[in-house]
Amino acid sequence: MESNHTVISLKNLVKTFPMGNRDFTALNGITLNFSHGEFAGLVGPSGSGKTTLLNIIGTLDSPTEGEAFVLDQSVKLLTQKKAAQLRSNRIGFIFQTFNLLPVYSAFENVEFPLLLQRMNATQRKKAVTDALEWVGLADKTKSRPAQLSGGECQRVAIARAIVKRPEIVLADEPTANLDAENSHNILQTMERLNKELGTTFLFATHDEKVIAYLRRIVKLVDGKVASDQLVERK
Amino acid sequence: MLTFKLAIRNLLGAGLRTWLNVFVLSLSYVVIIYINGMLHGWDIQAKSDMVHWQTGEGQYWHKNYDPLDPFTLSGSFAPIPASLKDKADRGEIAPVLVSMASFYPEGRIQSILLKGIPANQKVLDLPTSAFSGNIPEIPALIGKRMAQANKISKGDLITVRWRDQNGTFDAADVRVADIFDSNVPTIDAGQIWIPLDRMQSMLGIPGEATLLIRGKEPWPALTGQEWVAKDLKELTAEIDQIIKTKSMGSSILYVVLLLLAMLAIFDTQVLSIFRRQKEIGTQIALGMTRWQVVRLFTAEGAMNAVLAAIVGALYGIPFLAGQAKNGIPMPQATDSMGLAVADKIIPVYSISLILITIVFVLITATIVSYIPSRRIAKMNPTEAIKGKIQ
Repeated sequence: MESNHTVISLKNLVKTFPMGNRDFTALNGITLNFSHGEFAGLVGPSGSGKTTLLNIIGTLDSPTEGEAFVLDQSVKLLTQKKAAQLRSNRIGFIFQTFNLLPVYSAFENVEFPLLLQRMNATQRKKAVTDALEWVGLADKTKSRPAQLSGGECQRVAIARAIVKRPEIVLADEPTANLDAENSHNILQTMERLNKELGTTFLFATHDEKVIAYLRRIVKLVDGKVASDQLVERK
Repeated sequence: MLTFKLAIRNLLGAGLRTWLNVFVLSLSYVVIIYINGMLHGWDIQAKSDMVHWQTGEGQYWHKNYDPLDPFTLSGSFAPIPASLKDKADRGEIAPVLVSMASFYPEGRIQSILLKGIPANQKVLDLPTSAFSGNIPEIPALIGKRMAQANKISKGDLITVRWRDQNGTFDAADVRVADIFDSNVPTIDAGQIWIPLDRMQSMLGIPGEATLLIRGKEPWPALTGQEWVAKDLKELTAEIDQIIKTKSMGSSILYVVLLLLAMLAIFDTQVLSIFRRQKEIGTQIALGMTRWQVVRLFTAEGAMNAVLAAIVGALYGIPFLAGQAKNGIPMPQATDSMGLAVADKIIPVYSISLILITIVFVLITATIVSYIPSRRIAKMNPTEAIKGKIQ
């Protein structure tokens, strides 16, 4: 499913944060490219810069130095509005703590990104129903997050991320709050989506269960790329 | 449109929390309208009572008459103009003769105003028909306050002393024919009303009066120097001034009630933004701009006010309509408050009061919701996603 078309291009990326009287360097000269349809992961210990890199790729943050091109757009040059449009139309997010909107039902949570795209009601309903069926939650459409298990919540979050058919899905520690069985179910779902829809998945993780599914592993240590290896999977 | 759709979804989704806020805010609407309606009703009642019991629709005063200077009374009367004689005979105008006098309740002397008014007058609500009863003495009307202050009951005999136009003292017993109950203290305390013809004869000035009170019927303009026209505006100037002063007080109350409601919204918004940082971060990650989220939170605050207006209407309309129909029972009248309080005040809820209150609360709620929501624009979404307090 992978192609040579580059969807993420990072060049000498540096990100520093003020910390007291000095700056803390979270990313230090990262140069990476990710192609369409990859199922890749940024791995490394806490504080290695995984989430910071994911935030920059997700246009939620901008680099201090260097260039980051996501879907042919420079993150540094994006206005807030353009960045929001890019996230709304072409990038999906999956978070460690699911981040579902607590007062919405599963259906409404998945519907939310489509409302932002101003999709009409009929198309919206079909897309949401399909997405929930895909993750195996067709019978939980009216349940609120508080009524769902952790695994179910994360599956709703996946449905929310993929319902708009994004080109890239960024998943930050998606299995950190799940048990082994749920983790595998989630990962199988994402792997299936990657294969069937061609969606690029980029994970930030240090979970061995996730790493076992990745086809490309980029290891970060102290904000630098320590290794970048492709893994053959069946 | 999307903002309002999401705002409604968020509010309805929040369930009890929303309905508690909405109920508290709706109470503000209802209480503001209720209190202002009651005060407005009180003003209208006070002015209406004054017209019905004291001023009529206008008056002519004898040129020397000064109600604030009792010494003018001895020279403040003139013959009732011939052009008004027929109207006076038919009771369409009420000529009133006013004189200083004394009476002797329980052996004490007390100065009073003796007022003569025709028994058949139809202009004022004074029960002057009581003069027509079969009473051998001079029949008299006194007010409830006067009766209570001097322990006088209906049917009692009171000795009254006066000076006639020649300055000669004279005295007679008057019989209390009726005790009237009016909300207008200025026709009650320290006054005894007797039939005009008897008073004219007591003072030795037949056919004369101090002032002429008219009803709704127009009357011809009086020529000559004897009578001075007083229109309703002039006659009610004092009460208008009292109402104006009281309105300032009710405006302050209005603002205080509104501030309390707005404080509730402000607190709710601050708490909401504080508690929902993760949600805010997620919304930004999913494709909303910061300002869209600001608008969403502001709209939620404003929608609270809209829902409160609807909920307030659900229970407020029957409640306020019931009050407007049956009136609000008031405790014992307190004249010291400036305006006499009736046993029952009929509140008046004007459309302008209701609309202004709704629009004002809505606009203020929107502003109060916007102020704390601006913080969202400065939030770092990557921190907000984690729910970190900023």
